[in-house]
Amino acid sequence: MLNLENYQIAKNVHLYQHQGLNIAYDVNSGSLHLLDTKTYNYIQEMVDLQNRSVNNPCETQNILECAGSWLNPAERMEILQELGELQAQHLLFSPEINKVDLNYPKEPIIKAMCLHVAHDCNLRCRYCFAGTGSFGGKRKLMSLETGKLALAFLLEHSGDRPQCEVDFFGGEPLLNFPVVRELVAYGREIARKAGKKIKFTLTTNAVLLNEDIADFLEKEEVAVVLSLDGRQEINDRMRSFANGQGSYEQIVPLIQEFIKKRPDTSPYALGKYYYVRGTYTHYNPDFYQDVLHLADLGIKRISLEPVVALSGEDYALKEEDIPMVMDSYDILGEKVLEYKQQGREFSFFHFNAGLDEGPCLPKRLSGCGAGHEYVAISPEGDIYPCHQFVGQEKYRLGTLVHPGQELLPALVEKFRQANIYAKEECVYCWARFSCSGGCHAANVAYSGELTKVYPLNCALQKKRLEIAYYLKIKEAQAKALLADNF
Amino acid sequence: MAKHIETVIKGNLSRTVQNGGCGKCQTSCQSACKTSCTVGNQICEK
Repeated sequence: MLNLENYQIAKNVHLYQHQGLNIAYDVNSGSLHLLDTKTYNYIQEMVDLQNRSVNNPCETQNILECAGSWLNPAERMEILQELGELQAQHLLFSPEINKVDLNYPKEPIIKAMCLHVAHDCNLRCRYCFAGTGSFGGKRKLMSLETGKLALAFLLEHSGDRPQCEVDFFGGEPLLNFPVVRELVAYGREIARKAGKKIKFTLTTNAVLLNEDIADFLEKEEVAVVLSLDGRQEINDRMRSFANGQGSYEQIVPLIQEFIKKRPDTSPYALGKYYYVRGTYTHYNPDFYQDVLHLADLGIKRISLEPVVALSGEDYALKEEDIPMVMDSYDILGEKVLEYKQQGREFSFFHFNAGLDEGPCLPKRLSGCGAGHEYVAISPEGDIYPCHQFVGQEKYRLGTLVHPGQELLPALVEKFRQANIYAKEECVYCWARFSCSGGCHAANVAYSGELTKVYPLNCALQKKRLEIAYYLKIKEAQAKALLADNF
Repeated sequence: MAKHIETVIKGNLSRTVQNGGCGKCQTSCQSACKTSCTVGNQICEK
């Protein structure tokens, strides 16, 4: 029989309805269930009663007796029996995971690096958090020497991690392609000597993506993230050249040509993948149309993200945009299914949900690892917690140029401690093990603090997860139907 | 056979406390977004 003693349902079981389905997500096991309407209403009543229990004679321990009085006794017993069985199997109402002690070694183990090989760009995207490429400083390219120092630093600080990651970033990294080429060769060599591997990625606006470079990326198995915002008028409004001319016409054929080389690219960004990544703003809260436009261009792996902007900017998302943004995610969920049925499958990154094959809890608790597992290196060799903090003096961890001054211990500790346990909004949130407290940079931009979350991002994250779980159920139903037909 | 509840995915997240943390999977922000933490959108690469 179901036992709710000392169990906070809303914190540990997320109930919601989507497209006529009653869905229950069990937070602590990561299990997903489909409920009939009576069971959904019954559990929802338990949640409501528990939420009101402070001022209600129906105390928490009596919820089971108070709820479901509208069900006939036999049916109520049946439901309780099923819930109890699932609880016994730790699949629903499963025990709350005790607070995990994150015991980090004294010296940080760095496994990932964003290498800013160019603080310059051939585009002048209006929303660029890098200040149109320069990160608020002088336009500058990273020297080969600094790049080598960075890779050596990564391997030296990677402890027992067998695989490290390096993302060539900017500005526009292809403006410094000769250095990228040299660094891949150098990285491979020093990784081999250390008995490790480096996985390289490159984030580019595609303007300079010629056949030579594409061949190099193929040969060296570099994963590629390509930037494009969607429809021409949407893309060109924000992503233009210095002379104001839009970039769409030039980059779309280059992206289409490049992705032909990777027909089997992983939706989960594994191996030699590509993703086309864009940004949506106040000007396209109906961004589902942009995702579909990209899919119609033949792009199979798509990620479109909300703009990170100060509230005064004209392109920042505003309160009035949110209903359309939410609708866009709903529409997109249905379109993912529709396109799949038509044999035009594409994946939207934020609708990925591993669940039974998802990341482990330690990974979910450490989140992006910025500032202690992941760092960004500026062209000058300065070290920051991540690419979004580059140029912010308050968040400078140190420098590669002076050995022993690379990682300011107090700042490393601050980032280590900025986990879900330190964020009061996260402690009771059902999405805590999926979003890990959100993006540090977005939280700081909103609240000025690492541990105060950005509510809009929370709302969007929850919406995306709800649709991701819904799609998992639809996928399972389609498979079951297929199996029944054989 | 359950009449009221269909379990679609059986997760085992709590059990990964003991055997997780190998670090083989990609850092979340490196994968496809660069502007939002997306741990829940990844899979285990162990």
